[in-house]
Amino acid sequence: MKKIINDPSMIVDEMLHGIVKSYPEILHQVEESRVVVKNKRNKQVGLVSGGGSGHEPAHAGFVGDGMLSAAVLGDVFTSPTPDQIEIAIKEANQGAGVLLIVKNYTGDILNFEMAKDMAELENIPVEMVIVDDDVAVENSTYTAGKRGVAGTVLVHKILGDAARTGLSLMNLKALGEKIVAEIKTIGVALSAATVPEVGKPGFVLSEDEIEFGVGIHGEPGYRLEKMQTSKEMAQELVSKILTQYSQKPSEVGVLVNGMGATPLMEQFIFMNDVLTVLAQQSITVTFHKVGNYMTSIDMAGVSLTLFNVTDSSWLTALNSEVNTISW
Amino acid sequence: MEITVKELQEWLADFATEVKAKKDYLSELDTPIGDGDHGNNMARGMEAYEESLAKQKPTTISDTFKILAMALISKVGGASGPLYGSAFMNITKATKDITVITHQAELGSLLETGLKGIQQRGKAEAGDKTMVDVWFPVVTALKEESLTSEKIEAAKESTKNLVAKKGRASYLGERAVGHIDPGAASSALLFTTLLKFC
Repeated sequence: MKKIINDPSMIVDEMLHGIVKSYPEILHQVEESRVVVKNKRNKQVGLVSGGGSGHEPAHAGFVGDGMLSAAVLGDVFTSPTPDQIEIAIKEANQGAGVLLIVKNYTGDILNFEMAKDMAELENIPVEMVIVDDDVAVENSTYTAGKRGVAGTVLVHKILGDAARTGLSLMNLKALGEKIVAEIKTIGVALSAATVPEVGKPGFVLSEDEIEFGVGIHGEPGYRLEKMQTSKEMAQELVSKILTQYSQKPSEVGVLVNGMGATPLMEQFIFMNDVLTVLAQQSITVTFHKVGNYMTSIDMAGVSLTLFNVTDSSWLTALNSEVNTISW
Repeated sequence: MEITVKELQEWLADFATEVKAKKDYLSELDTPIGDGDHGNNMARGMEAYEESLAKQKPTTISDTFKILAMALISKVGGASGPLYGSAFMNITKATKDITVITHQAELGSLLETGLKGIQQRGKAEAGDKTMVDVWFPVVTALKEESLTSEKIEAAKESTKNLVAKKGRASYLGERAVGHIDPGAASSALLFTTLLKFC
């Protein structure tokens, strides 16, 4: 393992210090906590997200005007604890309540729910939107359900814009549920991430292997394949995602997200191929985004998110100006 | 049997020692079907309990459980923190006016409120390959005044051949079969260390 770190047990706190010292004009850390809050406080519903660390820039990179009010950082790939989430809720609350945006993992759900209970005891209205955009996993009553991955960032953007324009807590929750249903993501991994405290990759793919459907913590995917071209990967991911829509979308937003170790060069090549495949399917693309938004430490690979834009106001929300580190 | 605040704190001290001693074993159980950190997370939680206990010096059963609940909720993370935390929070409430526990059945009823907390939080049933698969038979045995180490061990082992329906292991389907659930194993340590006070 070669990493630019000091003590592996201190990485989250040292990274957090680096974030707030680099962008003091946007956000600050709540003392003695792993919570970052935007500086600008406007009277609106507070938006809080968070999760395990290792997915940077998610979620601290999306704190700021027009997106999240606060983000909570857990240990690497481990949900933050309820006391920390409660600090974020209290910081984010400006009197109109707080909406939690949570990725669908058992640990995250349980800790955020517990924090919600604790905050409600203090009379802060709290609601939750659960993002489960990863269609690599079968959604069934026998599993913890589909996971939340890169599509979460689009949820931050749209709900952030809506909250800024004054939408109420209940209406934000309803909007959140509506857009989550239209956002679908699948990833492909070329190599696994190494958690610094573990020191070795979470799984092994040989030099000529890729895996479709791997999760952002290295959860097993749905198919192992021999190495193939970007075109073939684009074909696989687009067609797999399209099968998940009951009706073929006519207009989509596209997010190509790097998993941490894949160069932008490759991400743009992949995006180019995705756009070709979508054009062949006669699907119009009205929103594009390429880059590292929800990573898995140093995993090599990309994820593809398609967003079925059934309402033009969603597009306006995606395109509005924000003041964050990473959007 | 007689469990006062003194015996309770001895039990939890024994449990903390066991968790720390078996930290690697618990994490190894968590590696094939989870994310490999259950032992580290639980050890971190029990260390936090020991620190709070030394600082706050609680003098009642209820206050001791509360310190345990808060330590686990704030330090464990993952799914185990809120699950154990919910259990001990409920037991904190149930022991409000209790200074001594004199029967296994009484202890069983108190732990049952903890089991209800786990199930309300995590929505797991018996047979889902979770800590509930240990809590459930232990509560039943206590209520019948017949808890033994064999019963605890059997409950833990029973999770081996189950397909998980909750948590990270649920994505593995049949591949989770053959592995003991780590939460069931840490719960088994909790109740095994309780036996000498029963």
